[in-house]
Amino acid sequence: MATEKINMPQLGESVTEGTISSWLVGIGDKVNKYDPIAEVMTDKVNAEVPSSFTGVIKELIAQEGDTIEVGELMCYIDTEGGVGEEKTPVSDEKVEVEEKTEDNANADQSMKKRYSPAVLRMAQENDIDLVQVDGTGKGGRITRKDIEKIIASGEVQKANDKIPASEDKKQQEPESAKKPSPQVSQQTTQSGDIEIPVTGVRKVIAQNMVRSKQEIPHAWMTVEVDVTDLVNYRNSVKNEFKQKEGFSLTFFAFFVKAVAQALKEFPQLNSAWAGDKIIQKKDINLSIAVAKDQELFVPVIKHADEKSIKGIAKDIYELASKARSGKLTSEDMQGGTFTVNNTGSFGSIHSMGVINYPQAAILQIESIVKRPMIINDMFAARDMVNLSLSLDHRILDGLVCGQFLARVKEILENINKDNTNVY
Amino acid sequence: MPVMSYIQAVTTALKEEMQRDEKVFVLGEDVGKKGGVFRATDGLYDEFGEYRVLDTPLAESAIAGVGIGAAMYGMRPVAEMQFADFIMPAVNQIISEASRIRYRSNNDWDCPITIRAPYGGGVHGALYHSQSVEAVFANQPGLKIVMPSTPYDVKGLLKAAIRDNDPVLFFEHKRAYRLLKGDVPEDDYVLPIGKADVKREGSDITIITYGLCVHFALQAAEKLAEEGIDAHILDLRTIYPLDREAIIEAAKKTGKVLLITEDNKEGSIIGEVAAIIAENCLFDLDAPVQRLAGPNIPAMPYAPTMEKYFMVNPDKVEKAMRELAEF
Repeated sequence: MATEKINMPQLGESVTEGTISSWLVGIGDKVNKYDPIAEVMTDKVNAEVPSSFTGVIKELIAQEGDTIEVGELMCYIDTEGGVGEEKTPVSDEKVEVEEKTEDNANADQSMKKRYSPAVLRMAQENDIDLVQVDGTGKGGRITRKDIEKIIASGEVQKANDKIPASEDKKQQEPESAKKPSPQVSQQTTQSGDIEIPVTGVRKVIAQNMVRSKQEIPHAWMTVEVDVTDLVNYRNSVKNEFKQKEGFSLTFFAFFVKAVAQALKEFPQLNSAWAGDKIIQKKDINLSIAVAKDQELFVPVIKHADEKSIKGIAKDIYELASKARSGKLTSEDMQGGTFTVNNTGSFGSIHSMGVINYPQAAILQIESIVKRPMIINDMFAARDMVNLSLSLDHRILDGLVCGQFLARVKEILENINKDNTNVY
Repeated sequence: MPVMSYIQAVTTALKEEMQRDEKVFVLGEDVGKKGGVFRATDGLYDEFGEYRVLDTPLAESAIAGVGIGAAMYGMRPVAEMQFADFIMPAVNQIISEASRIRYRSNNDWDCPITIRAPYGGGVHGALYHSQSVEAVFANQPGLKIVMPSTPYDVKGLLKAAIRDNDPVLFFEHKRAYRLLKGDVPEDDYVLPIGKADVKREGSDITIITYGLCVHFALQAAEKLAEEGIDAHILDLRTIYPLDREAIIEAAKKTGKVLLITEDNKEGSIIGEVAAIIAENCLFDLDAPVQRLAGPNIPAMPYAPTMEKYFMVNPDKVEKAMRELAEF
């Protein structure tokens, strides 16, 4: 019988830590090699950690909610059967009890914001944001000892800075990584208000958005595109396509294709800010935003420039279904170089996107609307769409973005049944 | 170092002081031939004779009054009240005369009397043999009130009381007499009156108490230490005048303070301790100051169940300490 360690695996490039959202096994459970043992959430993705061994779980070192670094110990596993049978149920109970007390502690937070004079004074003297401190006292009250511990551990700064920064980002942005996130002003709740704890994906979204808006000087630009021919063409082939391929030929696929093509010609937009340099990416990997309930994912269409409209439509279909069923892998989310956001699907006709950090720009594809336009001094009913670009003004200026949008517009306006094939 | 009971320490201190200074004499009911109802003065009559160990009539006012007169005349009397409950007839002598003389005479006269009295419950003594009476005297400037908790403190503080040039009330817990034993050095040592003593160092909660309750707190602290609750225990030793500095320091140490007395809660000395903490420690406090005391009932009942309800005990102390630690 040997006891082996299971460490936090590398769940993707640039992923340095993961938060255990739940353990799928308990102490004493028998697991086979590759069986999932825990669900882990990284800043990129939710993933299951497979067991590296066949055996019996001996001890869970990391707790649910713990954020641990890649390579750090998660749990111990006995790799051969027959682990002290009489011991197992005892430790089982223990875990249950521990979880229970934890639950209770989490449940009652009525004293969380009742600060004693000592706690208030020490927090002020040491510049500690009490909102971010977890209390160990009755009803979640923050005790003087809790504050003393924080001061003794020297992690006062950390209380102010909870943005997880992955290793490479730290190197790129040494200054910004140190910057604390803005202090959250204390909100009062009245009876009847519902308090929703910010956890999991919501928290990651919030952190990423704050980071993007704080660091990136956003600028915006919108062009209007006449897609009447595109609409006609797509409508003429969509039924046959659906029948043949088994998935829909969306307008979005045409837009993604056009953007990929234009990015090839304007690589400036397919880049990232790296402090003392700008990195222009070779690959054109387009992130697309997919919403699911309260969550937002940005899976990636890889090498979009090398794919046909059908290929892109297929990718969109697959990624969206995976996102909605919670099956996106870390692989699916990685490597995006530019984001295309299908805001039109919500009926939006104009919006200002927040750039998907550390990319250089994001393009919002708005709703296609039939509008009277003047062509050759005559009114005509045309299918119009707005394309709204948010750009990182450190990397990009109005000129190149204008040229890029003009090129996208040109491509889209020239899509018709005579010169375009979805295959 | 010899191990002594609490009452042996009383007897030893009396004996050594009488040997050291012939002005020292004891007086009280049955203190002579009988050696005291608790045997506190056992053997003194034989050693020092009837003129230094005086049996008195059952008249507490006279015991105090004779003692005060002798003290003003330069003697060092140690008067015994058989039970603290019986001190009431002597209150006028003690408060109006003993405590006022130095002030009234503009420092011309002093009154170096020591009045010993066994107090406290838990011995099935009922109403007249169980009371805590210190609060009656604890707002009379000019008096000093000493209430030791260990044999070591008893010897050092009783000697200090006898040598003190002002009147000292020396209350001994009668249940502690034979319950508590401890090391007592043979040498002639004196402990300072007016100084509290840290009986246990800790960082989670502060207990401030005196007398027998110190032991209840120490017992509870040992139990709670197994749960990771680390109690700091301050023994007041002198409850009047209070050791303000030690109280403030102990309260600031943890910010969570539990005050314990066996006396009725209302108007007891720990209320004054709480006021000192409130005046000085607001920005170090992490919890409301808590008091554990006897209920506001005239005095100790006789029925064992009722006595148990009235008395502070280790279980009650432990519960109060745990609640404060968890706050």
